[in-house]
This record gives sequence, structure tokens and C-alpha cells, in this order.
Amino acid sequence: MVSNAGIEAPRIMTRNVALFVTCLVDLMRPRIGFAAIRALEAAGCEVVVPDGQTCCGQPALNSGDRDHAAALARQTIEALEPYEAVVVPSGSCAGTIRCHYPEILEHDPQWLPRAQAVAAKTFEIMSYLDEVCGWKPEGVALEAKATYHDSCSGLRELGIKAQPRRLLKPIEGLTLTPLSGEETCCGFGGTFCVKYPSISNAITAEKADAIDATGADILLAGDLGCLMNMAGKLHRNGSKVRAYHAIELIAGMGEGPAIGEEP
Amino acid sequence: MSAFTDRAEAALTDRLLKIAVERTAGTAETKRAAAVAAFPDFEAARTRAAAIKDHVIAHLGAYLEQFEANAVAAGARVHWASTADEACRIVVDICKAAGAKTVARSKSMLGEEIGLPHALAEAGIDRIETDLAEHIIQLAHERPSHIIWPAMHKTREQVSALFKARHRSPHEEESIAAMAESARRELRAPMLGADVGISGANFLIADTGAVCTVTNEGNAELSLVPPRVHIVTAGIEKIVPSMGHAIHMLRMLARSATGAALTQYTTFYTGPRRPGDRDGPEEMHIVLVDNGRTKMRGEGLAEMLRCIRCGACLNHCVVFRQIGGHAYGGTYPGPMGSVLTPALDGLRQSRDLPQACTLNGKCQEVCPVRIPLPTLLRGWREKSWREGLEPTAMRLGLGVWVWAARRPRLYRLGAAIAVRAMQLFARRGWIATLPFAAGWTRHRDMPKPARQTFMAQYRKERGK
Repeated sequence: MVSNAGIEAPRIMTRNVALFVTCLVDLMRPRIGFAAIRALEAAGCEVVVPDGQTCCGQPALNSGDRDHAAALARQTIEALEPYEAVVVPSGSCAGTIRCHYPEILEHDPQWLPRAQAVAAKTFEIMSYLDEVCGWKPEGVALEAKATYHDSCSGLRELGIKAQPRRLLKPIEGLTLTPLSGEETCCGFGGTFCVKYPSISNAITAEKADAIDATGADILLAGDLGCLMNMAGKLHRNGSKVRAYHAIELIAGMGEGPAIGEEP
Repeated sequence: MSAFTDRAEAALTDRLLKIAVERTAGTAETKRAAAVAAFPDFEAARTRAAAIKDHVIAHLGAYLEQFEANAVAAGARVHWASTADEACRIVVDICKAAGAKTVARSKSMLGEEIGLPHALAEAGIDRIETDLAEHIIQLAHERPSHIIWPAMHKTREQVSALFKARHRSPHEEESIAAMAESARRELRAPMLGADVGISGANFLIADTGAVCTVTNEGNAELSLVPPRVHIVTAGIEKIVPSMGHAIHMLRMLARSATGAALTQYTTFYTGPRRPGDRDGPEEMHIVLVDNGRTKMRGEGLAEMLRCIRCGACLNHCVVFRQIGGHAYGGTYPGPMGSVLTPALDGLRQSRDLPQACTLNGKCQEVCPVRIPLPTLLRGWREKSWREGLEPTAMRLGLGVWVWAARRPRLYRLGAAIAVRAMQLFARRGWIATLPFAAGWTRHRDMPKPARQTFMAQYRKERGK
């Protein structure tokens, strides 16, 4: 085997990866989970969907219900810790596991090391494919003009910014047009959008206008919560913009129904 | 509906407010971004600024004593106030001892925090607000809506109308210059004739005993130097070790606030007039105010004491940009206000503030002293949850969710039923109204979920 400088050694394949589906993807849009599996397998991973998973506990954490957030964190850690890596098709759920589990369990000497271990091997899907696997989609084509919204938790907790753009770039026929205010919150905010619907709506309405102003046919993002919020507003407004999780396009599933479209 | 949501609803329908907020905060956002981009390693400068403040807050007692000794050596008198009432009493007593009928006041958020305008009125002392925006809200009988632009909620058109109604010889031509002239005619004489000048402090310099103010109008200088007595009210967290530290903080402050490299006027006041000085007050009093700050330090809010009141978190907050400052109901609005107000006014009255936030993290990203605002807001949410201040519906809903989520097998069954049930409300892929989710469907549609959950489909597909 040649291993001189400048020549890459063959990458060690078959990573044993656990997919943390997230409750929203499980309930609302299973396609995103299947797209994640498809992309991970293409990148040489062996994907497992652990049984014990439900919700990461983010709604409890952000509502101040620390005890229940801790209970769900323990349950999730237990389900995910046997695997080499944990991959999540959501920046905010991955952020909860990566950034907040060690905080939630900081005073629990038994669980803190386990939380830290799981946190260290948990990745948002696009960051995992791009940064850990060094993978790019091949032979994927979609004739479309898309725009990308950077969901806040992924952007600010995990630094998800360049990774999705790098993964979308090889898609033949796809052009990415910048969204004005692409780093501005869409107004979703988890339970915020139902606790303060009018404020949320005012923020989302501006986001929807900015999306329409791009002239794009497709809206992409990396978090289903934000996507449902923006797509729901666009649809209510009568906009023609269709919304997908970026991983759907990356996995070659961009021809299928967009959010809210019948199969 | 809470008082907060009522105020927010009213603000959301106020088109002029939206225009006014967007003009000012939008401009500040653009200018700050340019200033930060032009600054060599702004991130390192933020880290240093945070470290300076953390150091001072950890050694607050020692630096305050050093400041006091140096201020006294320079001829100033230092007073200590542990509460807002005590601070106001000290100021009013000094005014009375000076026989003051009128005071010229230079904008200070601490003054607002302790209720100084009200205390002066009660004592029968006339107050001249010398900052143009404070003058505007004094005329309108309002409170500041932003910590650096107290009248940001008003459009220039509204201000013009206000001046025409209230000034003795108002402007005739509709221009900003003419309006400024009108204010100058109104304010200049009483400013120069005031018995006492009252200001806040942007920084207190421990090793010299100096007090620093920053303004863009020069109103602090003009209202603090001529009167016989100058009173400073300052929060104890305003202290920095030395002039060098103050300069670093000033570089962060102006850029974060308005995008300017410096404000028009940055002045250091060290003691009253010395023999041989051509001007300056005969007496200088510095009132150091705690008003809950020591308690905040001990209760997990020490990082909040880093705040230098630049307003960047307000300007970049999606919620503030929609509802403006008054809706928050406290002295300090926006993200920093949502952390401070529960500490100052009590969580019970202000429980909405930490909740009315999307936790998007933008405020933390722009904060010049790296205050982890979302973390501190989550801290208030935890306290609110523990103390049972959250609405029953929320507690119940979340309780049921968590109960199910902790039982994966039961959860899968519940999820299967839920997605089935949601099919019934859908038409052509979308749900326009959904019971229990009215907050969502009032303003946006909900996509219809797939007929089967991911877990069910996956099991079937993989033959498990």
C-alpha cells in the first residue's frame, strides 16, 4: 500500500452509526429519516436506528422543566451510547445532545461522563457527512433554483454553515441563491411559536417575504421545525415556493413530494 | 392574556412603531457589521472585554474601595446606596442641601432604573432632560423604549408634531436641522441655568477615581460643568481597573451600539473644580448603587453584570424588532432586559419576558462582553417552572408529552394514533385548523404528516 504524502490512504469504511431520528421527523416527515440513512449508507456507514429513542428532551429543557429534561437525556444517552457515532437530521436536536446534555447532567457524577461521551460523538447529519466522512453526493441531479435558511441552533451551537452548501454544490442543475437575512431566526423557536403566536407570526411573515423575494422555487434548511414553520406560512400566503430538508436533496430524493405535498 | 401579551399585541398593530424601530435598529445592525468587519480581531477583543469585566466582578469590593479612595482624594464625595429608594433619597437630599430648584439631567438608564425622575418630581424639583431623545419622551410623558435611543419608538414626523405642540418657538421648516434648532432654543438657557447637574456613568475608573460619560450631543458636558453641583449615579458594576481598560471597553461600546468608532463626546470627570480651574462644579457627588447587583452576582447572574448597556442585543433581537421596547414593561427591554427585569422587579410580574424569546442565540453572538443571554434566560425559565409560575395548560401538555416519551413502546402507539388522527383534518396535504394547535394554525398551515411514522415504516421495511 502506498502511503506517501499527497496520496490519500484508503478511508476506513463501515462506520457503525446510530441515527437519532428526532420526534418531529418520526411524526411529521419520515422521508427525512430515510434520506439520512440513504446518504449515510452512500458514505459507507452502517446505519442502525436504536429502539429506545423518542424525544431528546429539548421542549422540556427550553421550558425550564429540568428534571424531565434530565430524565429524557438519560434515556437517550442509554439508547445511543453503544454506537461509534450518533447522527441527527436536525441542528437543534443535535445541539441539545452535544451542547446541553452535559449541562443538564453536570451535577450527576454518574451520568456526566456518559453525557459527555455521547455529546462528543453526536453530529448533525450534514456536518457528519461533510466533515467526518469527507463525502459528497455523486450523480445527483435536480433542475431547480433553491435558497437556504440557516437554522439558529445548528448555526450558532454547532457551526453548521458551509457544510450543507458544500454538499448541495455537486447536485447537477441546482443553483443556490442567497436569502436576505439567512441567519435571522424564522420565528419558530419551539414552543415559542404557540406561546406567543402573534409575535412568532410577525417574524415568520418577514421571513416568508424574504424567501419569496429570492425568486427561488425551493426553500432548504436543516431543521424540520423551522421548515414546517416557514413552509406553513408560505402555503398560507399562497406562495409557490416548495420546502425540503436539505438532506432530501443531497440523498437524491429531491424529486419527491415537498413538505405538504401529497405523494 | 397577560399584560405583556396585551402590550405586545398592541405594538404589533402599530405600523409607525414598526417603521421607527426598523429605521434605527436596522441602520445600527448594518453599521455595526461594517465596524466589526473593519476591526482587527473583534472576537479576541470581545474575549478580553469579558475577561476585564469578570475580573472586576470577582473583585468588586476591592475595586470599589480603590475607586472611592481615589475619587475622595480628587475632591469628590462618595455615597453608597443599597436600594433604589436609598439612592433617590441621597440624590434628593443633595439637591435640597444645594437649594436646587432645577436640575439638568444627562440621560442615564440607572436613573430610570431607580426611578429618579419620579423622585425629583415628588421633591418638587424641576427636571430638564438634556439628551435630545430624553427631552422628547419628557415632553410626551413616556418612558425610554431603548437603552441608547430612548425615543426610538417615535418617527421624526411624530417628533416634529410634538415639538410644534410643546416648544415655545418651534421650527417652521420640516427638517431635522430645524427640529434640532427648536430643541436647542428650548433647552439651552435652562441647561446653563440649572442648580445641579445629574448624570450616570458609563465607566468608573478605579485607579484615578474618574467617572466617564459618552454622549453624541455634548449634553452631558454642557449640563454637568456649569452647575454648582454635579451628582453621578452609577451602578457598582460600572467599575474598570484603569484608564487602559476603560479605553478597551469604549472601543467595544461605541461599535456595538451604533457602529461608530467612538461617540462624539467621551469625557472623564475627576473630582470637582480644582483651584485654578476655569470652570467645573464646586461639589461632585458620586452615588454608587447596588440595587440587587450583589444579589445577582450570588444567584447565578454574575455574567449579566458584564453588561455595558450598548443595546446590540436589542437591535439584533427578532422579538424586539417586532414589538419595540415598551412592550417589555421594565426599565430595560430586549434580551438584556429580559434577564435583568425579573431580577429587578421580580419574576412573578415578568415571567413572560424570559419565555418570549426564540433562543436563537443572535444576542449572544453580538454581545461585546459575551454574555450567555440564552443560558441566563433558560435559567429564569427553570426558576419559573420550579416556582409553578407557568400556565397549567403548558405544564399539563409538556407533562403528558414527557410521560409518553419516557415509555418508547407506548409512545410509538400514541404516535401512530396521532398521525392517523391528523389525517382527518387535512385537505390536499395541509391542515388549516387543528385543535390543540390553534396558536400554530391561526397564522400558518400545518403539513399533513405521513400515514405512518418513521419508526413504523422502518420496522416494516427492515422486516423487524
